[in-house]
Amino acid sequence: MPVVDKSSRAIGAVRQSFAPWNDASARPLIRFEGVTKRFSDAVAVDDVSLDVYENEFFCLLGPSGCGKSTLMRMLAGFEEPSGGRILLGGEDLAGVPPYERPVNMMFQSYALFPHMSVEKNVAFGLKQEGLPKDVIAVRVAEMLKLVQMQRFAARKPHQLSGGQRQRVALARALAKRPKVLLLDEPLAALDKKLREETQFELMDIQIELGTTFLMVTHDQEEAMTMADRIAVMDSGRLVQVATPGEIYEQPRNRFVADFVGDVNILEGAVAAREPSGLWRIAAPGALGPLMVDDPDERLDPGQAVAVAVRPEKMTVTRERPEGPNAFEGEVWDIGYLGDWTVYRIRLDDGRILRVTRANTTRFVERPIDLEERVHIGFLPDAAVILSS
Amino acid sequence: MARDAIRRDEPRRRGLGRRLVIGAPYLWLGAFFALPVLIVFKIALSYPELAQPPYAPTFDLAGGWEAFVAFLGELSFDNFAFIVSDDLYVAALGSSLRIAASSTLILLLVGYPIAYAMAKASPSLRGILVAAVILPFWTSFLIRVYAWIGILRPEGLLNGFLMAIGVIDQPLTILNTEIAVHIGIVYTYLPFMVLPLYATLERMDDTLIEAAQDLGSTPLKAFWTITVPLSWPGIVAGSLLCFIPAVGEFVIPDLLGGSDTLMIGRILWSEFFSNRDWPLASAVAIVMLVVLVVPIVLFREAEARRLEESR
Repeated sequence: MPVVDKSSRAIGAVRQSFAPWNDASARPLIRFEGVTKRFSDAVAVDDVSLDVYENEFFCLLGPSGCGKSTLMRMLAGFEEPSGGRILLGGEDLAGVPPYERPVNMMFQSYALFPHMSVEKNVAFGLKQEGLPKDVIAVRVAEMLKLVQMQRFAARKPHQLSGGQRQRVALARALAKRPKVLLLDEPLAALDKKLREETQFELMDIQIELGTTFLMVTHDQEEAMTMADRIAVMDSGRLVQVATPGEIYEQPRNRFVADFVGDVNILEGAVAAREPSGLWRIAAPGALGPLMVDDPDERLDPGQAVAVAVRPEKMTVTRERPEGPNAFEGEVWDIGYLGDWTVYRIRLDDGRILRVTRANTTRFVERPIDLEERVHIGFLPDAAVILSS
Repeated sequence: MARDAIRRDEPRRRGLGRRLVIGAPYLWLGAFFALPVLIVFKIALSYPELAQPPYAPTFDLAGGWEAFVAFLGELSFDNFAFIVSDDLYVAALGSSLRIAASSTLILLLVGYPIAYAMAKASPSLRGILVAAVILPFWTSFLIRVYAWIGILRPEGLLNGFLMAIGVIDQPLTILNTEIAVHIGIVYTYLPFMVLPLYATLERMDDTLIEAAQDLGSTPLKAFWTITVPLSWPGIVAGSLLCFIPAVGEFVIPDLLGGSDTLMIGRILWSEFFSNRDWPLASAVAIVMLVVLVVPIVLFREAEARRLEESR
């Protein structure tokens, strides 16, 4: 096996031009320092340290109850940390009430004031600042234009559709030009199609205004699409903080691999490191040892590991594929999704692996059918070794 | 689909039963509200007489059409003219409205914090608090008002307590004053103010307050700009529920008020029972009804229109 030149490789197809987190001289806008939040009986946030940079679209991702919302609410000032510090632009926010913090939040329920028109809702925050009327009017018009809601200025919230309400909530939260915009599950209440459109609109607005966005979501697709970096949280702790590409292609552990996208986990033990730099893994059920291209240097022979392979990085064929990584099994289920076809293949030991195939042509010669014996293969650099 | 099919079949089958169900409340209201009001109105147009019943003319179907015309001819609006011309009634009505209005204002000031605290309490505690608000109803209203006599009289509990702790050295005259009437009304009607307020405050979305604070509103300002306007339906409902019966209140001013506490309910009672002037008493009742109902109907319609417009 030839040694691959890795100097020009990057993980994932993400925007490369913006990466202040790799710049040692960059100072974070938001800094969580060992932040802990205990409620009477449970620890919601457990010793979280995290830096978020200016202009960043940052996303806290995790299942419900993982502490992501609590972490955000502490930044907004609705909860006080039980321990640790939160710094914004270098200043400690301890004791600063929510109404004096230069952050604004877009609530999951939007929390529009039902007795006020769209215009009044957007103007609310500016009025609290005591700005002159004409300044407020100009800014409100500007915000409504930004979210394309000028025509609905006089409407009350209940006269708007879900998507329109979402826009008003966004305009209201942005009207005060906050240093950080907090978005709590901003798209959760929208239907799928609208959600996808809105994702890109939010990204455009973020780039246009240059405001730092901190979003909380449980939807990995949403996080992957929009965020510059994602922090995956589980039971109050940060599991991995990285770009979407790294999260997906180089998950740190099983939880991340499993929570973000689909994954096949293959149990095994480290056999040896090949001279080519690949790891040889003994995996029961495989047709021979697995070869994995993983940069991890600290693996010991005999160590139990898991090899994680994304379904789209596997192939399903009738003949055994060339190369080292192969499994044999029987087609158990076929799910046709239009753009993809999902094969669930049952190995002889009963494990089921998921393989997806992009439907690049309309007609397929001799498609693979149910109950056929097939081979699964993948390339060494399609897999990642999870040691913990 | 199946549900649509059932619904389409329904009109054929619904008939008498459906109409009876819809008609029942109308029947009830007709028999126990509209008819009595009509009877009272008719009595108000009569004149008193020492007879049984103590007014004339009486309605007699046996006399035929001519008797009916004669009956109509005898009815007059004299009683209403008398009420309007006599200072006593105007003053009594005025002071009733004044006492009811000031009591309602006090009720609102006392009831709002109570309802607010109840709505903010933990869900398990809320049920207990609601029960506590309703609890006084388990004892008769009359007995509770009597109890206030024991508390408020010169040698009563309140004066005894205040003198014991040395705040005063002469007993205060509270009983038989308008203050005592206010205390009585506020005490008795408090649940009617608290419960509708609680109902609207409890439903309110707390994230609205968080949103207001997030946008730079202090908690106090958020309360005035968000909580109060959104609890407006509860404020209106509670105030009407207290104000309307308070205007016609008889027991409280009679037991706790002094001889100079003029309230229309007491006038009505004395016209009816002491003077045995049923027609005049009825006319007072009708005037009170008009004074109360007309503005309320207009107000409610304006509110409904406002809601309609904002919808």
